[in-house]
Amino acid sequence: MTAYNTIAFDPSRCELCNDCDACITACAQVKSGSDDPLHSRIKIVAGFNGNPPELALCRQCGDPECVKSCPSTALTKNPDTGLIDWEKSLCVDCLLCTVGCSYGGITYNATLQHVAKCDLCDGDPACVKACPSGALSYITSASIFNEQHEREDLFVPGLSACQGCNSEMIMRHSLRKVGPDTVLATPPGCIPGMGSVGFNGTTGTKVPVFHPLLTNTASMLAGLKKQYNRMGRNVTAMALAGDGGAGDVGFQSLSGAAERNDQILFICVDNEGYMNTGMQASGSTSYGSWTTTTPVGSEMKGKRTSQKNLAMIMMNHNCEYVATASTAFVEDYYEKLDKALAASERGFAYLHIYSPCPTGWRFPSSQTIEVCRKGVETNFAPLWEYERGGDLHFTHPIDNPLPVEAYLNLSGKYRHVNEEQLACIQQQVNERVRTLKRYAGLN
Amino acid sequence: MNTTHYLVAGASHAGLEAVHRIRLVDGTSPITLVTRDAHAPYSPTILPYVVSGQSAPERVVLRPADYFLQHNITLISDNELVSIDETGKQVTLKSGDRWQYAKLLLATGADPIIPPIPGLSETPFHVLRTMQHAIDLRDHAGKAKRAVVLGAGLIGMHGAENLRHAGLDVTIVEMCDQVLPGYFDARAAALIEHAFNANGIRMLMGSRVVRVEPLGDGCRITLENGDSLEADLLLVATGVKPQLDYLKGTSVQVDQGILVDRRMRTDAPHIWAAGDVAQAADFYGEEKVMMGILPDAVTQGAVAAMDMTEDHALKPYIGGVPINTYTFFGQQAISVGQSLADASLEELTRVDEENGRYLKILLRENRLQGISSINQEMDAGIMWQLILRKVDLTPVKDAFIARPLETGRALMSSTWR
Repeated sequence: MTAYNTIAFDPSRCELCNDCDACITACAQVKSGSDDPLHSRIKIVAGFNGNPPELALCRQCGDPECVKSCPSTALTKNPDTGLIDWEKSLCVDCLLCTVGCSYGGITYNATLQHVAKCDLCDGDPACVKACPSGALSYITSASIFNEQHEREDLFVPGLSACQGCNSEMIMRHSLRKVGPDTVLATPPGCIPGMGSVGFNGTTGTKVPVFHPLLTNTASMLAGLKKQYNRMGRNVTAMALAGDGGAGDVGFQSLSGAAERNDQILFICVDNEGYMNTGMQASGSTSYGSWTTTTPVGSEMKGKRTSQKNLAMIMMNHNCEYVATASTAFVEDYYEKLDKALAASERGFAYLHIYSPCPTGWRFPSSQTIEVCRKGVETNFAPLWEYERGGDLHFTHPIDNPLPVEAYLNLSGKYRHVNEEQLACIQQQVNERVRTLKRYAGLN
Repeated sequence: MNTTHYLVAGASHAGLEAVHRIRLVDGTSPITLVTRDAHAPYSPTILPYVVSGQSAPERVVLRPADYFLQHNITLISDNELVSIDETGKQVTLKSGDRWQYAKLLLATGADPIIPPIPGLSETPFHVLRTMQHAIDLRDHAGKAKRAVVLGAGLIGMHGAENLRHAGLDVTIVEMCDQVLPGYFDARAAALIEHAFNANGIRMLMGSRVVRVEPLGDGCRITLENGDSLEADLLLVATGVKPQLDYLKGTSVQVDQGILVDRRMRTDAPHIWAAGDVAQAADFYGEEKVMMGILPDAVTQGAVAAMDMTEDHALKPYIGGVPINTYTFFGQQAISVGQSLADASLEELTRVDEENGRYLKILLRENRLQGISSINQEMDAGIMWQLILRKVDLTPVKDAFIARPLETGRALMSSTWR
């Protein structure tokens, strides 16, 4: 199985609203030698009600309906390139392919009197080169899957996370990548709760796993790692902890291990609270959030204090590597996991992954990745990394962030938020980004 | 006795999609595909283009021979089901071979209807449903001068146009007052009819044939009004219906076709049906309907296969929506969903007679029910999805009516992640 290339579209950077049609003109020029947008195979259309622009372009689907609806075999999925190829000499202009496509990716060109679709310009797409804002990029898709599916899943089947929770994905992906020479600590929280430590005398993993106290995860791992070093064995000491086990109850040992720069890979899966014990607030619960200990009533309107930013606190320990990640941007996470794993050979590496909780935050279980994505696109949960001695670096800079409502509106825990609270949250987001930019040496 | 796990009868779109889907989930159980055709699998939709010579029979093969080898599928050509023993889970083929199956999919398609016109059975005529029909018609058209086509449905219209391209004098005789009933309203049909007239095809609408008789190398056709036509080529294209004789003695229930539920199950255990042979749920009403369109055959084949393999991702069949993308003399007519307004529908029509353009949108409670267009850029697939998903257009209604193309694209793109 090969990884295919594709054109990715980041609507938040698209300048359509400023009358930019560079990609459309470039495509029309390359394909038909004309500036007429009718000849373009990429179409950018305005979004609704102030939403970012939308895209009509062949998605080069994996199991394409256009190909199945083609009676003449003019359309075929090319297994080598991943492209859906169109052969003019076979096409009978029946337009049935346009019935198969749900995204306007193959359309009839009345001037040329046949259908036309994107062919990625033989691997050098003109639209991407013409895009002045970086909204279009040419990327390799499915490479993570292709790389990962060769590796062994080191968790057992049947972990019982809540429906829609992304922690199971985080756990399985991370441990697959880190590999079998690992000792894993999962302090009390959702992660052991869903069965990763095991039950009935068996473990939930195929590597040694233990269940430390909330308070001593990092110090136990530090000791284990030292012992393995003494034995001459190269073993990764890894923690998969929640935000409570990392930043509240577990913070003393975490801070100590980071300060000593112990060789540990510490992954914090942050769902902003003690969700598996009944959705109590933690130090990383954000301002205004409803939880069972920060209820909404006549006096209280959700959490009154701001969340502490654990990732920034860890950065200030000056340990080897600190980064934030989101499951809406998995390529970004994988790069960081690689760096963190390498850094954990030298010293302390800390990864902070956003894990919106469908059960506790009250959003539909199908929307987890969307909540993750909006968190990043509003700058509520910016993606950055820091390496010891260097600057902070934004890995997915958001030039035109969406208003924070776009993120808050997705979750029931913010439903009560009033204008004043909203302004406060927006201000906190802005301030946090400003601080991060200072660390990044920007502004 | 031969044994197979999956037995699929019919190797056109529904059958081929089914074996594809089965293999996605079940990589090992034996699959046997039986087709009555001697030719490699092809689409009935391509046949008019074979008649005109635009498509060569050997270039429209839907799956190369090595596909079946590669996926461990036994392909039996030039053979067909003649009976089913549903208790013993066995079928008998025309060749006399018997096959034991665990799961049986009937995707045997439909055959041309031969209307009960006096004299027709004694007169040589063509139909157009198989590759051999197409080759015969193509060869005959090369020698003929005057053609009469009975029926102004899709096959008749495509056939007539392609005979015209081959240089024949062509007359279409149709009982209805309009072409392509069911897909287009009278106004749109009139635009299409006009294009046929303008390209030299005689259109005799609302005409009933009362007698056909041989005349020299050709035939004479007598109409109800007393007129008669002479032709040296007669194409009968008055619709299709499934041939279901092989179901005798089974508990499979039939009406116009094989009645199936939303998982494409028939009333008999371990037997499914999909494609033109099946009569399945209607998207708009309670009655089960015959769809007879290619994308629907693909969908039904997929649903059947997913149920046969107990694929948990199966979403029950949502119901048939009439769809037609019809190209004629370089023009395009597209129709998705309902084409006729009733009292409960909001109708918006734009006609540009001068440029032969036409657009009609039918809405119910701000949800798209149907859209049809002539010579307008239209993403049929997007419109189909808007109908199937019952997308509430209230917030974008004005934009949708003004610019259905761009609005539809933005709506569907916003669902993509």
